[in-house]
Amino acid sequence: MFASKKRSTTVKRILAYLILIAGSVAFLYPFIWMIAASLRSLEEIAKSGMNVWPQNWRWDNYSKALSSFPFGRYLVNSIITTVLPIIGTVFSCSLVGYAFARMKVKGSGLLFVLVLSTMLLPGEVTMIPQFILFKKLGMLDSLYPLIVPTFFASPFYIFLFRQFYSRLPVGLEEAAIIDGSGYFKIWRTIFLPLSKPALMAVGVMVFMGSWNNFMGPLIYVNSDKWKTLTLGLAGFQGTYSTATNLLMAAAVVITLPCIVLFFTAQKAFMEGLTFSGSKES
Amino acid sequence: MNGLIETLYRFYENMGMPAVLLPLLPFLTLIVILYAVLFAVTRFLVKKKVMRTKTASFYMFVSVWVVGFLLFTLGPMIFSLYISFTQWEVVNPPVWIGTDNYRMLFKDSIFYKSLGVTFYYTLVSVPLQVALSLLIALLMNLKLRTIYLFRTIYYMPTLVQGVAQVVLFIWIFNPNVGLINSVLRVFGIEGPGWLTSPSWAMPAIIIMSLWTVGGNMIIYLAGLTDIPQSLYEQADIDGATAWRKFWNVTLPQISPILFFNTVTSMIGAFQTFTQGFLTAGGPDNSLLFYAYYLYQNAFMWFKMGYGSALAWVLFVIILIFTALVFRSSALWVYYENEVGGRKRRVRKQKA
Repeated sequence: MFASKKRSTTVKRILAYLILIAGSVAFLYPFIWMIAASLRSLEEIAKSGMNVWPQNWRWDNYSKALSSFPFGRYLVNSIITTVLPIIGTVFSCSLVGYAFARMKVKGSGLLFVLVLSTMLLPGEVTMIPQFILFKKLGMLDSLYPLIVPTFFASPFYIFLFRQFYSRLPVGLEEAAIIDGSGYFKIWRTIFLPLSKPALMAVGVMVFMGSWNNFMGPLIYVNSDKWKTLTLGLAGFQGTYSTATNLLMAAAVVITLPCIVLFFTAQKAFMEGLTFSGSKES
Repeated sequence: MNGLIETLYRFYENMGMPAVLLPLLPFLTLIVILYAVLFAVTRFLVKKKVMRTKTASFYMFVSVWVVGFLLFTLGPMIFSLYISFTQWEVVNPPVWIGTDNYRMLFKDSIFYKSLGVTFYYTLVSVPLQVALSLLIALLMNLKLRTIYLFRTIYYMPTLVQGVAQVVLFIWIFNPNVGLINSVLRVFGIEGPGWLTSPSWAMPAIIIMSLWTVGGNMIIYLAGLTDIPQSLYEQADIDGATAWRKFWNVTLPQISPILFFNTVTSMIGAFQTFTQGFLTAGGPDNSLLFYAYYLYQNAFMWFKMGYGSALAWVLFVIILIFTALVFRSSALWVYYENEVGGRKRRVRKQKA
């Protein structure tokens, strides 16, 4: 009887692998084709169909694609609008999240409900007035509208940090309070170092969000000087809609940093996302 | 693509309003100063014994969000409500026209079209996304040695940038050389023109949305790994089948996450923009998403008042749907601390 049970788990295991591999093909294939297409000539793309392996490796597609728009400048803009929002979000949201998690004072519960309720608000409602606001502040056609708001904390990440900090043991900060340190110091010296997985997870999520942000730059940025890679890619699609190979090359270059980052940050990212709070520490 | 926005920028420049700005460094210094002032005020209040340290510190920390909320959310909300009652082409001052924008909206056939497109997309793609991502998460929770590899593979499409994604899928749905029709041809089926056909464009976009369920999948996975193993052991003792274990243990345990994913996917689906923008509304407006129609009105045709009215109607729609899901959640979302689940577990730990 024992043997038959063992055999049935082996069968299940093989079945699971078959499903997983079939799914992987569906999830990975377009991705691989994108890379392959970026290395082909246009004639070959037209003939290749489902084939993946390029016959003639056209590495010059990449140099052609990158020289057809001011790649360097767009890249710098993309980096600025990614790095600064990461700093801004991590700093402000962990601070606010810490306050909501560890400092129960009069009115803190009510305020948190307000934070959560703003998560439901669609961006479209405030889109037009924000545009006007940034105009009044003289910040249109610059990178400021994409950076400044991130220094004032956003509800989704406040929520995430709050969930994370409330799981840490009660009394973690008691000794420090007796010593007379301020709450800012406690946050900086105790909670920030302890929350590396959460910081990493939020950092990676903000990276993906800002690096891939399309609507923001589309609305706020106009001149070439401040355009980001996503706008470059969209413009590219308009101008060279027939040059699929160059388009794919540009898309690969823009996607690459995300993949590299995800691979390096994977473990921390997955850990930081476990925020349901049912694990007792 | 935004020739009219260009005009707008030039208009502001002519008004003596420089479009290009303050250099970056001074501005960041300003933010640092703002933070410093907030801290200094708290210090002062505490020293003067106006507030207890904890309360003062709490409000100081939270003020970082409150300032942003007033400036970037509440202020714009109130203003947006006001301009939705005006006619405003940006270049002239707004003119109060009462509820005209809203009345016009109900006679606007394109408004109904975009509403229909958005509803179609939301009501079909969200259930599919929620179910598929849960199914994948269950597979990813299997105890297999290579599971990390599969987790990465299934998450990878999420990393492809939005514009790149749409561009890639424009190829995939290419009627002649695209992936989907090539696969169909293997089975002797001649596929439709997908993105060039009014009736197949939306199914194509929905298929595309399923490619990026990795984000939801990871959130489910976090929940699945949190389910206490003891519950499954108990079910095993009772001789439960795999299906019963899923139905009576797994599903109730992750229902709060199911709920979270449903709400966020739904809100996201109602706000879909890039797919509409890059396909310019699709053939015969079949991909004219609401958010894109709103964008057209406000930023291409400068009908800011009408655009704002559209935004508020969308807000009300999302609010109603979210409220419905929240209302129904009492029936199917199981919270541990409500039904005494936590107590049960605490007792078990003691034993």
